[in-house]
Amino acid sequence: MTDLNTPLPSLADRARIVSEAEGSTIVGVHFLRQTPVFVLGEEALLFAPAEKRTRVVAHDGGILVSAADQSRIVTGGDDGKLVATDRDGKTEIIATDERKRWIDQVALGPDGAVAWSTGKIARVRTAKGEIREHQAASTVGGLAFFPKGFRVAVAHYNGVTLWFPNAAGAKPEMLEWKGSHLGVTLSPDGRFLVTMMQEPTLHGWRLVDAKHMRMSGYSARVRSLSWSHDGGLLATSGSEQLILWPFDGKDGPMGKQPTMYAQSPARCTRVACHPKQPVCAAGFADGTVLMVRLEDGALIMAREADGQPVSALAWDQGGQVLAFGTEQGDARVLTL
Amino acid sequence: MTDATSAADPAGKIPVTVLTGYLGAGKTTLLNRILSEPHGQKYAVIVNEFGEIGIDNDLVVDVDEEVFEMNNGCICCTVRGDLVRIIDGLMRRKGKFDAIIVETTGLADPAPVAQTFFMDENVGAKTRLDAVVTVADAKWLKDRLKDAPEAKNQIAFADVIVLNKTDLVTPAELEEVEARIRGINPYAKLHRTTRAQVDIKDVLGRNAFDLDRILEIEPAFLEADDHDHDHHDHDHGPGHHHHGGLKHYHDEDMQSISVSSDKPLSPDKFFPWIQELVQTEGKDILRCKGILSFKDDDERFVFQGVHMILDGDHQRKWKDGEERISRAVFIGRHLPEEKIRKGFESCVA
Repeated sequence: MTDLNTPLPSLADRARIVSEAEGSTIVGVHFLRQTPVFVLGEEALLFAPAEKRTRVVAHDGGILVSAADQSRIVTGGDDGKLVATDRDGKTEIIATDERKRWIDQVALGPDGAVAWSTGKIARVRTAKGEIREHQAASTVGGLAFFPKGFRVAVAHYNGVTLWFPNAAGAKPEMLEWKGSHLGVTLSPDGRFLVTMMQEPTLHGWRLVDAKHMRMSGYSARVRSLSWSHDGGLLATSGSEQLILWPFDGKDGPMGKQPTMYAQSPARCTRVACHPKQPVCAAGFADGTVLMVRLEDGALIMAREADGQPVSALAWDQGGQVLAFGTEQGDARVLTL
Repeated sequence: MTDATSAADPAGKIPVTVLTGYLGAGKTTLLNRILSEPHGQKYAVIVNEFGEIGIDNDLVVDVDEEVFEMNNGCICCTVRGDLVRIIDGLMRRKGKFDAIIVETTGLADPAPVAQTFFMDENVGAKTRLDAVVTVADAKWLKDRLKDAPEAKNQIAFADVIVLNKTDLVTPAELEEVEARIRGINPYAKLHRTTRAQVDIKDVLGRNAFDLDRILEIEPAFLEADDHDHDHHDHDHGPGHHHHGGLKHYHDEDMQSISVSSDKPLSPDKFFPWIQELVQTEGKDILRCKGILSFKDDDERFVFQGVHMILDGDHQRKWKDGEERISRAVFIGRHLPEEKIRKGFESCVA
């Protein structure tokens, strides 16, 4: 195992500083083609191409969640608005909650479909612009589209509901596991579903037989997940190292140990796997960002520790650029 | 003006005040009073009865109370899932407010709210529970204590009790309701009000859950024992006459027990005992707290607990001449008094 006591090769100096601790928390970062776009905790998105920085106001208040595809970033705010912002910085309000309730969750699906939730209500806007609605038993903790088929996983208290928005009247399938599920993801091959729980554990199901998988041992609640480029590993935050669970076998991580890399004095807060290579970026609570080679755990420093918890981390689609932001508002872009 | 500021919080944590009280007691009146005072503070307000009476504030969040069990084998480890979510979201707007006020529904149990601050790491890291403030209706509380277990919970759990609508009762009735409150919870600060007219600094900025402040803010705590229910820590209204202390009511199912010892305790005996006690009786122990003198230890140890959750630390050095007395109080339902007393005594080193 590599530890951080020996000096690491570092590219930290090469990172371009977009915004230096300007106060507004960076809550997400996405790439619209080549352009890194930082989602601020309040009001705006920060477009940060090399040439100039542009602030695009999308909300009247806090931005709670964001998701992106190639062409747009969709954000949910405490102003009750769901807003799509395109590459040119043009905003479109997709939905407005009539009572100004918070948009808690958002997910993007195939062919432009959008899912979002307000309290217990999950909604989907299909590619055709039709709105579907599903009422969960309790507040929705996470949303994720299945990679195939028009189906949405809705995480809530005591489990996950698998909802077919286009099958009106059909009773959705429910995967039960006691506790509060705060975030959900599907493996890229669609065989496994994993949730982040209120407790410092992950819970998973093999969908073919709903067999349970429990992934525990974390020192804190897991708040960030990322599938490796080939879908064989699930990278997770929540511990003082990067934890990777194997999902390549038919049983997933059942009965297996996770791989642990990048032992660190601080807790891992964000993870983002490289889109094409066996590499994962990991951000930590002390401000460190490391690039971790998944074959052997070799490390390259991308951001030095400075006490600012890393709160946003993403690769561009080509895997040439890594962008990261902190709770204190420091935003940087590293081109490899 | 008030000194109930969050800026003074050393760890930079946002203070959270929990406002409870049975339906109609005057929670919303108190909330609106707090918000309309010219104190220069900005509050984020989390409410559950939105629309009933308007709340005049920029940052109001309307939530459904959702109580979740934690998967840790502890049946009373419940948290408020909505608070976990809302506080996480509010932190996006850090800097836009100085403190958070959570108004619960009239039927809410304060324990899951308090436990959220101990059980959720993110909530505990960004905010701190300042105090549970319970608004009680002087006229109707007596009846509610009989027919509404929630009302009794709210009184038992409170750090501050605002006994409201005192103009609607006679002095004798007031004395009786106060005695009933004291029979359940002699440790809370009690303020008599009409139209929830209480000085804001008596309600906010209490640091009631701060281990460092356990004593400073509760002078009554040191003096309290089972035979002393004559409390001088609150304002006595005009027309209030003492006749050898307040009438003493024993509530049938909710009590407080105070234990003390002037002999130093053994940490090796105390910790296993208190752990076991809250494991077995935690369901019925709403709150506990204490200041302990351990053998061969020059520092005071302080602890507090909510049901099965315990929190404790060394606080400071015993001062020269300060009596090294260990004291603990327990507030709860059907408390096994003998077991607690004997158990505490057996912790003497």
